[in-house]
Amino acid sequence: MKINAEELHYTALNAAVRQSGEDIEIFGCVGQRYLGAGLAERKIVVHGTPGNALGAYLNGAELIVCGNVQEATGDTMNGGVIEVHGSAGDATGYAMRGGKIFIEDDVGYRCGIHMKAYLSHRPAIVIGGRAGSFLGEYQAGGTIIVLGGHKDGKPIVGNFCGTGMHGGEILLRCDALDAALPAQVRAERIEGPGSEEAISLVKEWCTRFKRDEAPYLEATYYRLTPNAENPYRQMYTPN
Amino acid sequence: MREGHFRNPSGCAVAAVIDRGGNKLTGESMISAIEVMHDRSNGLGGGFAGYGIYPHFKDVYAFHLFFDTQRAQEETEAFLKRHFEIVYCSEIQTRKLPSVKNEPVIFRYFLAPLPIKLSNSHLDEREYVARCVIKINSVIDGAHVFSSGKNMGIFKGVGYPEDIGRFYRLDEYEGYAWTCHGRYPTNTPGWWGGAHPFGLLDLSVVHNGEISSYDANRRYMEMFGYKCTLQTDTEVIAYIIDYLVRRQRLTLEEVSHVIAASFWSTIERKEEPARSQETLLRRMFPSLLVTGPFSIIVGYSCGIMGLCDRLKLRSMICAEKGDRAYISSEESAIRRIEPSLDRLYSPAGGEAVIYELYDRGGQA
Amino acid sequence: MQLYIRPEYEVIRNEARCIVCRVCERQCANEVHSFDPETGLMRADESKCVNCHRCVSLCPTHALKIVKTDDTYRENANWEAQTINEVYRQANTGGVLLSSMGNPKPYPVFWDKLLINASQVTNPPIDPLREPMETQLYLGKRTIKVERDEKGLIKDTLPPQLKLSVPVMFSAMSYGSISYNAHESLARAAEELGTYYNTGEGGLHSDFYKYGRHTIVQVASGRFGVHKEYLETAAAIEIKMGQGAKPGIGGHLPGGKISEDVSKTRMIPQGVDAISPAPHHDIYSIEDLKQLVDSLKEATEYKKPIIVKIAAVHNAAAIASGIARSGADIIAIDGFRGGTGAAPTRIRDNVGIPIEMALAQIDERLRAEGIRDNVSIVAGGSVRSSADVVKAIALGADACYIGTAALLALGCHLCRSCHTGKCNWGIATQRPDLVKRLNPDLGYKRLVNLVTAWKHEIEEMMGGMGINSLEALRGNRLMLRGIGLTDTELRLLGVRYAGESL
Repeated sequence: MKINAEELHYTALNAAVRQSGEDIEIFGCVGQRYLGAGLAERKIVVHGTPGNALGAYLNGAELIVCGNVQEATGDTMNGGVIEVHGSAGDATGYAMRGGKIFIEDDVGYRCGIHMKAYLSHRPAIVIGGRAGSFLGEYQAGGTIIVLGGHKDGKPIVGNFCGTGMHGGEILLRCDALDAALPAQVRAERIEGPGSEEAISLVKEWCTRFKRDEAPYLEATYYRLTPNAENPYRQMYTPN
Repeated sequence: MREGHFRNPSGCAVAAVIDRGGNKLTGESMISAIEVMHDRSNGLGGGFAGYGIYPHFKDVYAFHLFFDTQRAQEETEAFLKRHFEIVYCSEIQTRKLPSVKNEPVIFRYFLAPLPIKLSNSHLDEREYVARCVIKINSVIDGAHVFSSGKNMGIFKGVGYPEDIGRFYRLDEYEGYAWTCHGRYPTNTPGWWGGAHPFGLLDLSVVHNGEISSYDANRRYMEMFGYKCTLQTDTEVIAYIIDYLVRRQRLTLEEVSHVIAASFWSTIERKEEPARSQETLLRRMFPSLLVTGPFSIIVGYSCGIMGLCDRLKLRSMICAEKGDRAYISSEESAIRRIEPSLDRLYSPAGGEAVIYELYDRGGQA
Repeated sequence: MQLYIRPEYEVIRNEARCIVCRVCERQCANEVHSFDPETGLMRADESKCVNCHRCVSLCPTHALKIVKTDDTYRENANWEAQTINEVYRQANTGGVLLSSMGNPKPYPVFWDKLLINASQVTNPPIDPLREPMETQLYLGKRTIKVERDEKGLIKDTLPPQLKLSVPVMFSAMSYGSISYNAHESLARAAEELGTYYNTGEGGLHSDFYKYGRHTIVQVASGRFGVHKEYLETAAAIEIKMGQGAKPGIGGHLPGGKISEDVSKTRMIPQGVDAISPAPHHDIYSIEDLKQLVDSLKEATEYKKPIIVKIAAVHNAAAIASGIARSGADIIAIDGFRGGTGAAPTRIRDNVGIPIEMALAQIDERLRAEGIRDNVSIVAGGSVRSSADVVKAIALGADACYIGTAALLALGCHLCRSCHTGKCNWGIATQRPDLVKRLNPDLGYKRLVNLVTAWKHEIEEMMGGMGINSLEALRGNRLMLRGIGLTDTELRLLGVRYAGESL
């Protein structure tokens, strides 16, 4: 089913999406929020610039956006896939518990903030370009991979990466780590993305965006994890 | 201290008559009816509303005003000239009585809204007029609009109602409907504006009883631009009815399901669609439920409505004789003016009794 | 490390009554009591005592009492013992002081400075036992335009609302901060009472989905356990922006409290800290709140009312005005005396404002702006009795949240040690041996008793005022008078002084 969204308010567009039982292609999307909120199945292809909170509470559906996305994409996402052929705004994948987000280019501030994993729920965000500051803030689980394919010469990640991180991992594809990390985050230099899971995520990103896998798999990565020797502790005194 | 500076609950007597065929009767019959209930008043307020009394000026708004000072009158007239064309104005003729004292200056203006002002305001005509009334009453010190409808008028003051009626020479007015009120306030303000009926546009309300929901109702109504300057129950009830009928377009019967709503348990037992409609009205307008004792008579250009609180804590009796219909606190008041009646009954608490002109005065 | 700090309490054991049954020893998770085999007597290590009264309550011979020690530092009105001890504690550990439950400081309680009216002569009081009396109400948005169908009947265009049979709900307490049995008690009581309990921010245990129609689920900054089914099961969704006990502070449930079951409910791994950030990181401004409200409505197809809960802070009225325009259906305000499972002492005792003031100002502001019908108001943060409920409603609340009072009904003795996780009453703990001390079959009944008793009392007070429906009490401030209040306090509360006539 095809929908022309040009004149539609988000409530009408989302209602149309909910009511249709089939895969959907949306054209002329401009700013309509909450596309696919809570959706469990089906594939939706979006042309244009969807509004904030695309795929919030997403529960298994696949959203493919040809264009950039704005803020809070995949907010509290539980399952499914969001694939963005472009860049994403701030707080992408906030409090995400499951599913995968693939971004072709860059992400804004606070990507993957408070991302968490639980049993089979293993959330992942793979970013083709660079990430803004506070990447993986409060991260409690899951995997964030930044591939650093950007060409603007800026560092692969902004400031305060992993602030408050207490679980999961962040992988940065770069030869030298040009970021000041908090004491509670440990960085290790590895060749290749590391775990099977990380490798398959990188491969999937390459497939989705039609890139040659080799430069991404055969590269130096920095793997950031919570520093077990230096946790946030001893802050409180019972009174 | 005067009305509006404190809250003044009162006990009272109410009565009303309508000729549904539109035949006229003078104010004298209402005076004799209310006189029977003399002991329900204490000489601190009485008043009447007559409908159909200004046939020669029926298309313009008749404003009745009290002025305490000349300055108040000048200020008010300047305001009126800015907003209306004054079609005719004069002092209201009165009959001096020893029992009616300290009357203010009482004037009547027949007014038509200035077309340019009205269209610039983006308001409908009645809302425009209502706002002018509220403005004068809340802003101009010493001026009080106590009647503002078309082809109707309110006459009220401090004294026993029968004296007030004669003071205003109501025997010389002819109308198809009359309501009246004798007041027993718990305070002694001695201010004429505080007497009843209370009116806005062609709506007038007389009321008996002290409601317990007053401040809940008042604070809600003030959200919609009403200013409860008098702090009386009657005023807030009048505003509620105006809001629900004129602005929310409810019928008077629906209004009764808001202000004197049945108990939830009673509604549960009703048939559809009454059950869902009454439930809905309570959920839509919960802050307009009026609790505590009240009996009211509402006058409007098409008719009169009587309504008691849902527990029926005040008395009310309705009667019919030919085209004439009557509502009163006591049967005796009706018997005084119509000894032989076709039908006589007391409505249940919360049951609206509506008597209208057979042709609804030409209105839909 | 308790260097310099003398125990606050003394355990007084009447040796003549003590039968050395060792119940006290078994009951005390703090390990205060022990048996001395040499003397054959019971001993007490008072430095561990939190004065929870578990041992006192269960001692079969009433041999025990806990008294405040009369040992004293040199008297000093400025440096009280508590203040001195806090300095010692911090000097000992370098830690931020952590406390639980509501602010215990002697701030003014405005509920206790408000008096309720009654009818005499001019209108009649009502006997609620024999005459009809309504405590039923609906919470939610009421902005309406009357629309009619082709038959002229009024169409139901009201947004979804919550129906309550009594104006009292159980406020948010997460599974994790309190036990499974405490949650079960609250859920069952809410169902029986025709009201609602609130999951707090810890998700909803799968066993309790069946109480969904009486459940308010919370969406807090940590988003623990938030997913489609969780949202859909609930009667309403509450966005937690703040909490009265710790405005501006997030939450931290230590890994030690993340048991297997709590882990399942929160959907985070066992033993890992559960951190709720101070803000929602998708809300940095009021228009972002609208975004979260709308996204939740989209995800639940506009079938659930959305509650936004804020802590009572200085600018509460303006914030509430923004919330009322955000699409939220209900605002919950939590006063600074509200309880918590753990909060930094300094925050709990010094941040925020009393619920009475916040409530009065929010109600007034929303009315002044003509948007009171956009939202219902729920007041919480130390509502201690039915009289507090009546006063809150007369000030302008639609209903109240109770937390501490509900826990007291379950046996809490307000020892304010929830943060230790060793609650001897089985409430604020995840230790299975302690949790089982709270029997939900009895616990839920006690909650039902409490709220039922309050309902009767509310009806009595309403009847006295000649009011037979809660709707006519809401915002009816003329039914209140102040006593012992300054002009400013009267003005802010919008009430007159006792003796000032109508």
